[in-house]
Formats: sequence, C-alpha cells, structure tokens
Amino acid sequence: MARVLLIEDDPAVQRGVTLALKRRGHEVEVAASGETGLLTLERYRPDLVLLDLMLPGMSGLEVCRRIRESKQIPIIILSARGDEIDMVVGLEAGADDYITKPASGEIIEARMKAVLRRVAPAQDSPAATPTGAEHHGDLTVDRTSLVVAKHGTELTLAPSELKLLLFLTATPGQVYSRHQLLEQVWEHSFYGDVRLVDACVMRLRAKTEDDPRKPEYVQTVRGFGYRFGPL
Amino acid sequence: MNLKIRFPRGLRARIVVAVLLAVAFGALLTAGLTFHQARSSVLERTQNTAVADLRIQLDSLAPGLTFPPRAEDLRGLSLQLDRAGGSRTWHSSASYQGGTPVPASPAPPVPKELREAVQASGQATYQRIERDGRPWLAVGMPVAYAAEPERPASADKLSGLTVYVALPLDADQADISALVTAAEAGAFPALALALIPAFFAARSVLRPVRRLRSGAERITAGELDTRLDTEGHDELTDLTRSFNTMAETLQKDDAELRRMEAGARRFAADVAHELRTPLAAMTAVTEVLDEDATSGILPPDTADAVQLICEETRTLARMVEDLMEVSRFDAKAAPLHAEELDLRTIVTKTLQLRGWAHDERVTADIPTPVPVRADPRRIDVILANLIGNALRHGLPPVTVSARAENDHAVITVTDHGPGIPDDVLPHIFERFYKADTARTRSEGSGLGLAIAYENAHLHGGSLTAANAPHGGAVFTLTLPPADPQEQR
Repeated sequence: MARVLLIEDDPAVQRGVTLALKRRGHEVEVAASGETGLLTLERYRPDLVLLDLMLPGMSGLEVCRRIRESKQIPIIILSARGDEIDMVVGLEAGADDYITKPASGEIIEARMKAVLRRVAPAQDSPAATPTGAEHHGDLTVDRTSLVVAKHGTELTLAPSELKLLLFLTATPGQVYSRHQLLEQVWEHSFYGDVRLVDACVMRLRAKTEDDPRKPEYVQTVRGFGYRFGPL
Repeated sequence: MNLKIRFPRGLRARIVVAVLLAVAFGALLTAGLTFHQARSSVLERTQNTAVADLRIQLDSLAPGLTFPPRAEDLRGLSLQLDRAGGSRTWHSSASYQGGTPVPASPAPPVPKELREAVQASGQATYQRIERDGRPWLAVGMPVAYAAEPERPASADKLSGLTVYVALPLDADQADISALVTAAEAGAFPALALALIPAFFAARSVLRPVRRLRSGAERITAGELDTRLDTEGHDELTDLTRSFNTMAETLQKDDAELRRMEAGARRFAADVAHELRTPLAAMTAVTEVLDEDATSGILPPDTADAVQLICEETRTLARMVEDLMEVSRFDAKAAPLHAEELDLRTIVTKTLQLRGWAHDERVTADIPTPVPVRADPRRIDVILANLIGNALRHGLPPVTVSARAENDHAVITVTDHGPGIPDDVLPHIFERFYKADTARTRSEGSGLGLAIAYENAHLHGGSLTAANAPHGGAVFTLTLPPADPQEQR
C-alpha cells in the first residue's frame, strides 16, 4: 500500500485513476494544479507523486523541478502527450519514470511498485546483501543505509538514480546494454524507452562526476551501453 | 549507305540559316537583275555602234562597186571594210545574191542562220556566236540602192549584195565579267556581315526562351515562387507573362492543397489526442469493472454489458494509439532510435513479451546471428503485427525466419492458411483496408499493417506481402544491415 499524490487537472482522469488505485489498496490524494500539488506535498507527505505534464498555471515540468529541489520522492509522469520531447524534458527535470495515457490501473501500479522498490530486483536476493560501505574512488556507497556520498558529503539522488548507481556498482566494470538496464532497474519490458536510461545517467553524472562530459564513474561503452568504472 | 541530311534543330541555327538564306536570295536577285540589265545595254550599244559604223563605211564604199560584182570585187570590198574598221577589228565578208560570203582575211564563217535571217528580212540582223571559246557578234547587212532622182522606184531596192561583219566581243565580255566579279565581291561580305545581325536576332529570341526554360525547370523542381522578368512588348514577353500567371496559380493551388492536407492531418491527430484523455479515465477503471463482472455480484445482463464496454474500451484505446502513430508518420515526426542488434534477440524478446514464447503455433527459425541496425521497439511492432495477423487470418504453424543476405537482413513471417486473395494483395498495406467486406471490423485497428509498412520504410527497409507457392501468406521484411564499422 502506498500513499499517492495525483497532480492532474482533468476530473475524469482524477476519478478514474483514484478509483483504480484505491481498489488496489492505495491511498490517493488529488491536486488539480501544480500550485496546490506543491502545497499538498508538504501536508500529505506521500510516498510517490503521479504528475500530469499539461497543467493549468504552473506546468508539470516546473512542478517536477520544484519537487526535486528539496525531495527525493519518486515521481512518475502521467502524460497524454505523445510528443517524445516532452517525456525527455520531463525525465531530465528529474522524473523517475513515465506512463503514457491511457494506461490501465495494472500498468500504473506496476510502475509504482518498481519505482518504490528500494533496490533493483536483481539485488533483492539475500545472498547479495552487502555489509558496510563500499568505496569507489571518491564515492562511498552504503547499500544498507542506501546512502551515497562523495568526499564524505551525502548526495541527494532521486530513487531511479540511486537504483541505477547501486545496480552498476554491484558489478564494477560489467557492461550492461540500455535494454538490460531498463529491464533490471526500471522493470520495463525489453522494448521500453531507453531514453529513460540515458536521462537518468545524465542526471547521475551531473551529481557524481567532477566533469560530466568526461565521466569516470558511469562510463558509456559506445554501441553497447553503460558500465561502472573501471576507476 | 545511309546518308541523311541532318537539318540543324536548334532555334539559333535555324534563325541564322534563315537570315543568311534571305540575305543570299536578296543579293542574288539584285546581282542577277543588275547583271542582266547591264549586259544587255553593253551588248546593245556595241551592236548599234557596229551597225552604224558598217552603214557609214558601206555608204562610202558601195557606190564604187561594179554590178554584178565578181569575187575579186567582193574581196576588195571586204578588204576595204576591214581596213576602214580602224579601232574596231572586225572581219568582214561579202556575198552577192545569196552566194558564199567572200572574206578578206581568215574569219569565222558566217552562220547559216544569220544568212537566212538576212535573206528573209532584208534588214540588218545580228547574232551572237561563240567561236574558239570567244564571243563574237556577227552582223549581216543587205545593201540597197540609193535613191536616184531619175529612178525613184529603185529607191531602197535591194541590190542583192550582203555584207557580213564578225567582231569579237572580248572587251564587252571583260566588262560583264567585271560586273560578275563585283557582284560576287559584294555578296560574300554581305553574307558575312549578315551573320552578325543573324546572331543578334537569334540571341534576342533565345534569351527569353532560355529564361523560360530555366523557369519551367525551377517550377518542376518545386520552386513555385519562381517569377520571370517581363521586359519588352513582343510575343515572348506575352508568353513570359502567361508563364508568371501560371506559376502564381500553381503556387496558390499548391499552398491551398497543402493547407487542406495539413488541416486534415492535424484534425486526425487532434481527434486522437482529444480522445486520449477520456480514454485514460476509462482505461484506468476497466479492471475494476472486469473484476466485478466476473465476480458474480452483478446481474448477468449487467455483467455482459460491463464486459463488452471493457473490451471495446481497450480496442478503442488501441485504435487511438495507432491513429496517433500514423499521424506521427504523416507529420514525419516519427523518430528512429536505431541500435546495433542481433535480430535473434529481438525475435526472442517479442515472442516472450507477446506470450508466444511457449506457443507451439509460432516457431522461430534463425540459425545464425543476424546483425541489424534498427529501432528494436519498431521492429517489435512490425513483428507483433505480422505474427498476430498470421494467427488471426492464416493458419498455424506460423514461422518467423531471419537470415543475412548480401547487404541486408531478411525476415519472413509465413503461415499455412489459404493465403491472401489476389485482389486484396495490392491493398494489404492500405489504412483501414478491409479484405472481407462482410466482416465490418477485425480485431485490430485496421492500421496495423499500414504502421508496420511505415516502420519498415522508416528504417530504409521494405515490407512486402506475397503468397507461397504451396499456399499461405508470406510477409517479407528487409532491413539494412548493421553498420560494419561498429561491428568491429
């Protein structure tokens, strides 16, 4: 069960999504605009935000940026816009995943669960339970407390960024294709949108790398995908 | 031998040739008339002078002649005439009563026709003759008695004596030749000079023609804003003006058509987009309805109705998605995220995701790796469409095979059904094309194959449909190969 804040202006979609999620045992609070959404966020303290991009007044993208300034709460964009550029911009603004409308309650819940899972599914098994903090160059990764620090300063990572970093640091030097990462970290199908991965890698680099244009931690292997290190 | 006179086809050559012909004709006509006139006046003057001279000489010599004259008398007369000729070197001879003319020196024989003509007319007669390649003037003059006071009747009575004189026309010939030379000397420079205005005329005609041609070519190339300068007041300017009007009309029509087409497409995209929001609300709650409809808490009729609504909502949602996708293709806004991939991976993943991995009706036959550069999501859409289609309209087993051929990858989806009717085959990739008019609606949106086709072309590949010789439909997708540089 999760506490969900739905920021959506269309009354029918509000009712539909609320109905579907409540039926599945979640608590849903609705905000009809970005401004009220930001206020509700402080009061309601949800586990997750479902965010429409086309909102009256403050745009969904702006809401996404404002939330990310202070919070690491999972954000899923719920967009009726087919234009791919909007999704990319939304993901760059800090969203963890996106769902294109129309979507069934089942899909919405699956995405919510994936984003809320604290670590990537492959690392869920007890055998992989790590002990203590790992050191990768200037980065310190603590898998138990889920804290990532650079030069001892804790980094504020969005859930998808943290999951991606944890997944990659589990096997340094191993190359993963973007489709593999999509399946493992986002729990999407093989044919999901790989730009989810690219956008997340970009955000992660901006926070971890000294020079994001010459990445040391999350490196691109051209034609294949990404890997952590080697340092 | 195939000798064929080839006339110059170009306008320039034709204009130049026409002008030159006109000039040549004019020159020839002028020269001919001048020559003819000059020649006859020169000859006439020579004749008149000769006849007058001869008459004067005869007037002074004939009275001294005894009648009937003997041959010596006749020779003597000729001799005297020759001597008296002075500057005029003529050769004279005399005859009496039609007898053979007696010359004083070797001279061209008197032509028979001239003698007959003189006899017949009894008057001075001339004839031009050619002897040893030289032109001569032959004059025949009968001598008449002078009027005597006592015998008036004898006046002008012919004496029977006829004098013939032949004089060369070399000098006159030279004059005439000089005329011809002068005409020639004038005509050739005139022709040469005529070339200049001819070329100018050709240029002044050709320049607008060339401009018109390049304008027409630009219009053909799609530059409908092409307009030509209209200077001058000739027919070509009128043509240029008509050309401009035509271009303007074309441009206007083109813009109008484009506007209408863009409007129609935008409308389809807008409709699809507007449908999405209500569909989003409906789709979100279909599971709630499904659950209750199957739980038995609803009256049977209501449960049926609810289930129907759920199914159709899902169909509608799929249709709207397909419409949106088609709109993206129409707007050329469909992005291609191509990657280097092995087709085996894509086929395996598609079969897994669509629930065909353990379906004995669908088999994959890909013995070797088939590297391609493709957008895996789009290939998945194509494959899912082709396989779904084969299962719906054909008969299992449906076989998906792939292989690398020369410079591209080939994927075929084959079923064992009755195949596609020949009249349907050409239209199979058309939007909303219904193979069976009795079946008003198939399970899909009616856009599946059209989208598959667009996807194949977006990759620079192709998608074709055919029937296998032993029956069953065969869909063949060809894709460009993986970029060899990224293949290592």
